[in-house]
Amino acid sequence: MTQTQTQTYISVCRLDDIDPETGIAALVRGEAVAVFRTLDDRVFALSNFDPYGHASVLARGIVGTRGEVPFVASPLLKQPFALETGLCLDDPSVSVPTYEVEVVDGEVRIGAQRA
Amino acid sequence: MSPHLRKKVVVVGHGMVGHRFVTAAIERGLTETHDIVVFGEEPRPAYDRVALTSFFEVGAEALSFLPSGAYEDPRVTLRTGTTVVEIDAAAQTVMLADGEEMAYDELVLATGAAPFVPPVPGAELGNVFVYRTIEDLEAIREAAKTAKAGAVIGGGLLGLEAANALHQLGVETHVVELAPRLMAVQVDDAGGATLKRHIEKLGLTVHTGVMTESISPDALADISVVDEDESGVLDGNVSALKFKDVEEPLAVDMVVFSAGIRPRDALARAAGLDLAERGGVLVDEQCRSSDPHVWAIGECAAPGGKMYGLVAPGYDMAEVVADALLGGAGTFTGADMSTKLKLLGVDVASFGDAHGTTDECLELTYSDAVTGVYKKLVISEDGTRLLGGVLVGDASAYGLLRPMVASGMALPENPEELILPQSTGGGGGIQLPPEAQICSCNNVTRGDIEAAVDNGCESAAEVTKTTKAGSTCGSCKVQVKKIVEDYFTAQGKTVDTSLCEHFSMTRAELFDVVLIHGYKTFDQIIEAHGTGRGCDLCKPAVASILASQLNGHVLAKENRKLQDTNDAYLANLQKNGSYSVVPRIPGGEITPEGLIVIGEVAKEFGLYTKITGGQRIDMFGARMEDLPAIWKRLVDAGFESGHAYGKSLRTVKSCVGSTWCRYGVQDSVGLAIMLETRYRGLRSPHKLKGGVSGCARECAEARGKDFGVIATEKGWNLYVGGNGGAIPAHAQLLAGDLTTEELVRYLDRFLMYYVRTADRLQRTSTWIDSLDGGLDRVREVVVDDVLGLGTELEAAMARHTETYFDEWKATLEDPEKLRRFVSFVNAPEIPDPNISFGSTRGQIVPDVADGPAVVGPVGLGATIPVGAPNLEESR
Ligand code: SRM
Ligand SMILES: Cc1cc2nc3c(=O)[nH]c(=O)nc-3n(C[C@H](O)[C@H](O)[C@H](O)COP(=O)(O)OP(=O)(O)OC[C@H]3O[C@@H](n4cnc5c(N)ncnc54)[C@H](O)[C@@H]3O)c2cc1C
Ligand code: SF4
Ligand code: FES
Repeated sequence: MTQTQTQTYISVCRLDDIDPETGIAALVRGEAVAVFRTLDDRVFALSNFDPYGHASVLARGIVGTRGEVPFVASPLLKQPFALETGLCLDDPSVSVPTYEVEVVDGEVRIGAQRA
Repeated sequence: MSPHLRKKVVVVGHGMVGHRFVTAAIERGLTETHDIVVFGEEPRPAYDRVALTSFFEVGAEALSFLPSGAYEDPRVTLRTGTTVVEIDAAAQTVMLADGEEMAYDELVLATGAAPFVPPVPGAELGNVFVYRTIEDLEAIREAAKTAKAGAVIGGGLLGLEAANALHQLGVETHVVELAPRLMAVQVDDAGGATLKRHIEKLGLTVHTGVMTESISPDALADISVVDEDESGVLDGNVSALKFKDVEEPLAVDMVVFSAGIRPRDALARAAGLDLAERGGVLVDEQCRSSDPHVWAIGECAAPGGKMYGLVAPGYDMAEVVADALLGGAGTFTGADMSTKLKLLGVDVASFGDAHGTTDECLELTYSDAVTGVYKKLVISEDGTRLLGGVLVGDASAYGLLRPMVASGMALPENPEELILPQSTGGGGGIQLPPEAQICSCNNVTRGDIEAAVDNGCESAAEVTKTTKAGSTCGSCKVQVKKIVEDYFTAQGKTVDTSLCEHFSMTRAELFDVVLIHGYKTFDQIIEAHGTGRGCDLCKPAVASILASQLNGHVLAKENRKLQDTNDAYLANLQKNGSYSVVPRIPGGEITPEGLIVIGEVAKEFGLYTKITGGQRIDMFGARMEDLPAIWKRLVDAGFESGHAYGKSLRTVKSCVGSTWCRYGVQDSVGLAIMLETRYRGLRSPHKLKGGVSGCARECAEARGKDFGVIATEKGWNLYVGGNGGAIPAHAQLLAGDLTTEELVRYLDRFLMYYVRTADRLQRTSTWIDSLDGGLDRVREVVVDDVLGLGTELEAAMARHTETYFDEWKATLEDPEKLRRFVSFVNAPEIPDPNISFGSTRGQIVPDVADGPAVVGPVGLGATIPVGAPNLEESR
């Protein structure tokens, strides 16, 4: 079980490659994935594709908090997406897919797209 | 007479009050039964005489009350350039200069007043003027072109206004006043002395207590006509003023008389109507003269024997007569003669019983010779009521004090607090009664203002729009704003000025906090003064504040997480995720070699090219990972970042100017390049644009820019607060005929003042509107330096220019910064497959499968306004 799960994760970079409170784009199984690191060193992975702007840009947005919820603002038209759930905070009927993600020995590893 | 026959009202004079009468008559419905014919002697329809001096700045068109030249109501006929020369009251007819006669049923005289020119020998010489009409000002402007020194005879309100104009026209200005003080009617001795000091500090010379005995003609006239021609009238132009009991004559080449006004009552006198003892058509409380069908309003009228030299009483009279002609019973029973104005940049106000003529009244004065502030309150003997006062140097309390007099409300415990310097003019806890008249120009009470808020006005600006309060002389604006805000507070509505949920401060407050504490990072600032971890609103705002103060690199490690979309990659993000590249082309001037480099780079990297609206060239469709290589080529060829991505100086647009253009009077390209180079890289609350035109034809559209410079024969005129975009605004004159050195000094101050105090994403035009006092306030701070901030602002700008560096060059030199310019962290060699291009007219264009990005696909349930300007989104 541990064995199969490890195999579905792909290592994309070291945690240090991501500045706190920023994101980077990674290519995971042909998909563009935005990987974010918050100040407390938690890591989140979302599809990089902005459903409003139709462009692969979310990793380049500003990371912040709304209330307690960490989010990224799309650099195109500023819609906020929650890092944990991918939900658009201004319109919960819109969301971006999220991915399993973990940090092992300083390596950031992306797993499957969440259901 | 058949009952359906329409009656005719003839109006003589189309000035401010005549015009008001016509609009009142139309609004009240008089034109349903009456035709109105208006004769105006001036060549143009009525205009705003109160704002006459701004003619030099804004031109005749902007002052006009009726730019189209005709009223929309077809039952009103306006004939300008037509003088009435005679009234036959018995026959009920008037006669025009060309002999034409016209019958009337009712005659309204609105002939105004004429400047009084004392019978001084030489008053008929050339270059002797009065100050009343647009034609007078045109002639004065013409004479000022060659005149070196000028004198204004009369140191009253209008005289000082004329002196101001001469001074602005670059003429060495003398004010000559018979009385021992300036503005003798409005202020007392101490106030007059303070005013005099202010004015002398500006470089004008004031002569009080002197009588002008004669005006001497120039030498040329002396020789040719031996002082007098056949008619006994002096000939030639003025050369000097001779004062009584003063040896030395004052050499001047032009003179403006401003020694008071006299009602134009000659028509009425000739027609046998009763006149007041001191002039003016004697009228009753309904403004009816001794002939029942002749009425008089405005400055030619003397209701109850007293004439009023202000426009507000004239407006009241116009309303009263329109009402009377409809059978109404309205009356005019006197007017508040309070005044507040700004003369040569100095606030002066006088209200109520300014000279303390009431029996046994008490006076309370505050005076500070250093700052030039003088304030006096006149209080009733028992200390309970305010009767009047004088304010010089700081008239901010006027808006509160005048209504206190008018409403007769009880004075607070410590009335001196009303005039102590810390008093803001808002008047602390003082609550005026609802019936207190706040705006005397438009007769608007506190109650009216609050009712406007109840009816949906959301801001002081909206209240001004609906009630007109504050729209005429503007002296009540502060008070209107205060009442609106207090009323909001009383209703529990808060006017939220916080930056976002993380900072409860405004940008200006945050700017000061950062400056005082010397913070260098966002983390320090949010820990000490904010909550949470910030957002897309406060982070770029803090980044901008830090950049303005420290001028560090925007991609420095600790702060790059703050940068907005474009700043984050030093390029402009396009709809498909690619970027545009804009090298700086100062003033729009570029060599053939430069053009070739741009062409080659665009060709090599397959970029779309377009000339921008800012006189430079934009290259679109660059992939993020290619930006460093593109910029390497540009930097090597000597180009710098154009900051098209930053909230910072964009371009200083130029026209070709005197170098090539046959009309140009100054080197506009040279100045534009100098200014663009000086202010490049300056981070600001919003983007900044400039323009420089080589002459008044204004080919650079400088007045559409945040700062615009227009060349004059004598130097440069500096305009500020222009804006294109969603809410266009014309830049307004800040100062005229400046040397290049003065221009740069004022611009340094202006820009730094803006950078420090504006709100986030507030362009200069809205920022100026938001300041108490608007453009006047900016002028006080920037030109008059009333806050004493001048040197500090200049030093801040000097720091900026000294520490400027090209941020693209610096980025190319730093591998740590370049690390982020990759398509995928784990696959830097693979370009983002989501970015693809089609082709149109022989160049690439983005391929965005689902159409324009702003139109959210219906299936997603997105609610994005289509086409509405997105003010948050801007680069
Ligand atoms: C490229 C250019 C259009 C062109 O093809 O000519 C342009 C393009 C953009 N303008 Fe502009 N503006 C351009 C000249 C102008 C001008 C004309 C001028 O500068 O003389 C104006 C009106 C003048 C003014 O600013 O007052 C102008 C008024 C705006 C506004 C409205 C600003 C306002 O105060 O209302 C925005 C939106 C904003 O900033 O909030 C805007 C925003 C933008 C944005 C950032 C829109 C966006 O969100 O993508 C565009 C991105 C530029 C890019 O990707 O490179 N652009 N824009 C021009 C670049 C000039 C340059 O060389 O830097
Ligand atoms: C520089 C300046 C600054 C001022 N500042 C202020 C201020 O700050 N506040 C304030 O309250 N007031 C101010 N005033 C005064 C204000 O302008 C006047 O009170 C106002 O214009 C009076 O309006 P009126 O219609 O009575 O006269 P006017 O505006 O003078 O209009 C009279 C018109 O009648 C015409 N006319 C005269 N005789 C005839 C005839 N026989 N046939 C046909 N037409 C004729 C004249 O040509 C003129 O156009 C200022 C005036 C000046 C000159
Ligand atoms: S603004 Fe004047 S100087 Fe400049 S191009 Fe136009 S006409 Fe020539
Ligand atoms: S008092 Fe003049 S505009 Fe209000």
